[in-house]
Amino acid sequence: MAVNCIQGDYPSINMDSVDRFHGNQLVYVGWDNHTSISTANAYPLPPDMPFGALTEAVLPSVLAPHPDFALIDWGKVQWLLDGQTFTPDMSKSLRENGVGHKSLIRFKTPELTGYKGTGN
Amino acid sequence: MAKKLNMRKRYELLTRGLGWEPTYQPKEKVFAQEAYEGIKITDWSKWEDPFRLTADAYWKYQAEKDKKLYAVMDSFAQNNAHLNLADASYVNALKLFIQGVSPLEYAAHRNFARLARQFSGEGAQIACQMQSIDELRHAQTQIHTISHYNKHFHGMHDPFHMFDRVWYLSVPKSYFDDASAAGPFEFITSVSFSFEYLLTNLLFVPFMSGAAYNGDMATVTFGFSAQSDESRHMTLGLEIIKFLLEQHEDNLPIVQGWIDKHFWRAYRLLGLVAMMQDYFLPESPMSWKEGWQIYFVENAGALFNDLARYGLRMPKYHEIATAEADHISHQVFGIFYNYIHAAAFNLGLPSEAKMNWLSEKYPDTFDKYYRPRMEMWAEMAKEGKRFFNMGLPQLCQVCQIPMGFTEIAKGEPMQVAYRVSEFRGDKFHTCSDGCKDIFDHEPEKYVNAWLPVHQIFQGNCGGATVPDVLAWYHFHPEDGGDYAGSADEARWKAMKGTAASSTAAAKTAPADAA
Repeated sequence: MAVNCIQGDYPSINMDSVDRFHGNQLVYVGWDNHTSISTANAYPLPPDMPFGALTEAVLPSVLAPHPDFALIDWGKVQWLLDGQTFTPDMSKSLRENGVGHKSLIRFKTPELTGYKGTGN
Repeated sequence: MAKKLNMRKRYELLTRGLGWEPTYQPKEKVFAQEAYEGIKITDWSKWEDPFRLTADAYWKYQAEKDKKLYAVMDSFAQNNAHLNLADASYVNALKLFIQGVSPLEYAAHRNFARLARQFSGEGAQIACQMQSIDELRHAQTQIHTISHYNKHFHGMHDPFHMFDRVWYLSVPKSYFDDASAAGPFEFITSVSFSFEYLLTNLLFVPFMSGAAYNGDMATVTFGFSAQSDESRHMTLGLEIIKFLLEQHEDNLPIVQGWIDKHFWRAYRLLGLVAMMQDYFLPESPMSWKEGWQIYFVENAGALFNDLARYGLRMPKYHEIATAEADHISHQVFGIFYNYIHAAAFNLGLPSEAKMNWLSEKYPDTFDKYYRPRMEMWAEMAKEGKRFFNMGLPQLCQVCQIPMGFTEIAKGEPMQVAYRVSEFRGDKFHTCSDGCKDIFDHEPEKYVNAWLPVHQIFQGNCGGATVPDVLAWYHFHPEDGGDYAGSADEARWKAMKGTAASSTAAAKTAPADAA
């Protein structure tokens, strides 16, 4: 529904359009069942970055302090991209894997469910 | 000599007597904001001002109150009464207040002045003028009350600058900007009814009773001084809703939609208060959940029973907010524990005594979900690996809170809730059905949101590193971090003549944020 205005159309500027991120796109990554990390994190990443760099460099920069992180078997991780299950090709780029601007990637580690299994 | 007028007559002459029909310009041009929201007013004279306060009576009454308040503030300062606080960690509640609440008072002042200009009914004009002055006085008296603490503690030196820039202060700012960017009737429904009438007790009672329990008599005095104004504001909130609904039946769906929206927005904002209430106060008068039960479930339940005759129902998703009462203070605390190195207040893990209090107040959730989190963080800190989140959080497009709320209503309290909408080819993420509904109703508005995390990545916030951004916020390096080992703790102990804490040398911020 359109926003009521005194005159004309409501001035609408997409403050987070992809062209504002200096060649990067925003990607959100959240680790299910690890709520001590409180939220998915936002990362500005080059669309041509290989997906594998996410698990090797990007995620450790934030998630490595969690005691479960070092125990992750990346071969068993279950991935969700924008709500759909998917299997990333680690050697291909984010774009080739279908990761777009402001995509949400979630991953589950079925054998690791947080501190003492409490989802933390 | 003329006979003295009675109060009612005086009120009529000083309000209704001030109105006139414009002749140089058509009325709809003079009051250009009155029609575009679709609200139909057939007869402004039906507006009943429950207080009938005239300007001269207002000045006299408020001057007396302020005189008393400033006398207390003077004696508080002269006696160094901050030394009577239960503990200096209490001051963190005041930091949140001056950073996040006082700027809202000032914004309310500006907006009620707009309403006083834009409403064509004289009774509503006068009521809004007085509220506008109230809000300005509240901003001033809060600044004066808290300025004493600013001499002794950190984080209170530049609240209005911070309010426009800081990531967590974008939560109250965006709530108010949303209402300010709407028409006058939506604004008054938002602020006077959804916020002040429904929820203001959940804001003021925790702060003021927290002040009383922790020896802060200056803030208690401010609270008493503001109380009579607040009750007048609440009555105005109820009056406007009844007036709008009595004026025309077409107003009902519009007003209900606004109540739904602004209830949810105001409730989300109060998540910050919930954290303060359960985690900042050394001595806690009441838990967030207890406050929610009394001030929302019971009071608002009774109110909406009364309003049912107008066709109004409880705000949408109120039952979700009630279900979340067992969780939100802990979840918001968790967010700030992750990012306290980028805040202008201190916090710390709750003591064993505090955790036992939380277990007692939250028997269904604290021990099961949140105590283990505290224990894990305590273990990490003990090993010298205090957990800081070195990334930036995903924010909700509407409430702008880091997206850490969970699927409580679905029975999955440890699953983060993710909602997404598509608009003009882009994705917009929200934290809840409440925020998603608000986005989907007016996406053209919310794509304009200035989300602090995204603005940092775009390079608009002073630089690329955490210290750059914090400097742009006007934060000092000692403003944030854990309370244990903080500059405030060291100063408090020096003032009280006790030894510095053994944790004084502990890290209060991650090394690479320094």
